[in-house]
Amino acid sequence: MNSIIMSFKDVTFTYTPDDQSVRPAVADLSFSIEEGEWIALVGHNGSGKSTIAKLMNGLLFPQAGEVAAMNLTMSEESLWDIRSQMGMVFQNPDNQFVGATVQDDVAFALENNGVPHEEMVVRVKESLRQVKMEEFLDHEPHHLSGGQKQRVAIAGALALRPRLLILDEATSMLDPQGRMEVIETIRELREETGLTVISITHDLEEAALADRIIVMNAGRKHKEGTPEEVFLTGNELTTLGLDLPFAMRMTHLLREAGVQVLGEHMTEDELVEELWTFYSKK
Amino acid sequence: MMEKMIFGRFIPGDSFVHRMDPRAKILFVFLFIAIVFVANNTLTYLLLLAFTFFVVFLSKIRLYFLVNGLKPVFILLIFTFMLHIFFTKGGDLLFSFGFVEVYEEGLRQGIFISIRFLVLVFITSILTLTTSPISITDGIEVLLGPFKRIKLPVHELALMMSISLRFIPTLMDETGKILKAQMARGSDIGSGPLKKRIKAVVPLLIPLFVSAFKRAEDLATAMEVRGYRGGEGRTRYRQLDWRMRDTLSLLMLVGFTAVLWYFRT
Ligand SMILES: Nc1ncnc2c1ncn2[C@@H]1O[C@H](COP(=O)(O)OP(=O)(O)OP(=O)(O)O)[C@@H](O)[C@H]1O
Ligand SMILES: [Mg+2]
Repeated sequence: MNSIIMSFKDVTFTYTPDDQSVRPAVADLSFSIEEGEWIALVGHNGSGKSTIAKLMNGLLFPQAGEVAAMNLTMSEESLWDIRSQMGMVFQNPDNQFVGATVQDDVAFALENNGVPHEEMVVRVKESLRQVKMEEFLDHEPHHLSGGQKQRVAIAGALALRPRLLILDEATSMLDPQGRMEVIETIRELREETGLTVISITHDLEEAALADRIIVMNAGRKHKEGTPEEVFLTGNELTTLGLDLPFAMRMTHLLREAGVQVLGEHMTEDELVEELWTFYSKK
Repeated sequence: MMEKMIFGRFIPGDSFVHRMDPRAKILFVFLFIAIVFVANNTLTYLLLLAFTFFVVFLSKIRLYFLVNGLKPVFILLIFTFMLHIFFTKGGDLLFSFGFVEVYEEGLRQGIFISIRFLVLVFITSILTLTTSPISITDGIEVLLGPFKRIKLPVHELALMMSISLRFIPTLMDETGKILKAQMARGSDIGSGPLKKRIKAVVPLLIPLFVSAFKRAEDLATAMEVRGYRGGEGRTRYRQLDWRMRDTLSLLMLVGFTAVLWYFRT
């Protein structure tokens, strides 16, 4: 099933069309994403990531180029059709919680799309089970942790059974534990449903889990490829203001210190695996 | 003090009153407010009092808790009682104490007004104590439904209300944080003359407003992304459930009105 679920063709967008001196937030951007992929979109602050997310679901329209999703070209007419097939989770856990309780919040998108009541009850339960929040049905938002709120937000996006889930720095305001919870949730979701995920992140460790990474720099696509390909460029990423994953930095430092580490390691586990078998292999 | 105040608080529970439909409860309270003015003699006021205690009993909210939580209201009550005792003249002179003269009519009016005040406060508190704010909002939305015809934005009003309720704790937290942040920078809000204290509140309010606007913008985006397009074509997740007990409660109230009407003079 290699159908294209989202594509940008020469997309240019600027917030200030009248002022030519400001560089466009997104310039001549093209890429396409296949159904079932996990894409990480990384880049420094202001490199245009959130703008791309907003172009993806029609919160913004490009001045030039074409955005297409689910085989439909983005336009005023197709907008709601496209939106109902994609979920989106934002950075701040508090500012996207609409309902009075967990279940009300999850049901919000269903209510908006006129889903009948009996169906809603089933779907709310199902989505909360998918993010392991089913015991929290009646909890109010201020009694939940940040990670829990983000999982509820994911459940709220899943309730419509979307084909595509966009996470705009959904983990950046969370503590390490909350971040782990959310990443784990996404991973399991993908195993269970084969959902397409686009995650926008500053955290290259998170990006390392993706199938493909798109690196943005000042509104333009800087590089695109598998995590291995992207991380091999090493120092280049650092000059773009991105931090390499800890394991990779460690590997580089070990090499500089003269330790003959063989592979490029993206996770701590892999690095530890090589290091503790280091002498026995020699 | 604030913790003990029960005005506008919700105590979850599983009593007859808790389980009533919010619409029935709201209608009940409004009808009751009208009925209070039917009472006009000792017997009817006593009936009113008895009926109120019966409702409190049905709500399973402890009387002690209710009385304790409404303390500030009692101060007001005693004050109005005093006013009546000292200033309403009429009937026999009961006793005089220097220039203070207490008349029979004054005492009677004082007691009646106090009872009226008391039952009103009790019944409305029972409504808010037994109904979650969001249910009250739901109830109001449905009850006001007919006014959509005259272009009253009922759905929008209800949504505004529920979002405000949802954000109260969030903004309270935030106020606390800003307060601490300003205190850490040496601002002193708790002391000094009133004028100085009012001035000190400004650096608290401005960051709060800025962040509230930011939140509002984020929330609007999140709602749009989740397909919110106004009330048209929306279905409701929370369903209201009008049962026999709701009809019965309202009938009981109507019966009670008839009794009051019969005994009034
Ligand atoms: N509402 C707006 N009006 C004008 N300019 C904007 C607006 N939003 C963003 N920009 C500008 O567009 C550019 C891209 O912003 P964008 O929010 O897409 O960046 P980002 O990659 O998401 O950054 P961050 O990592 O900080 O979230 C920035 O230069 C920013 O200043
Ligand atoms: Mg952003």
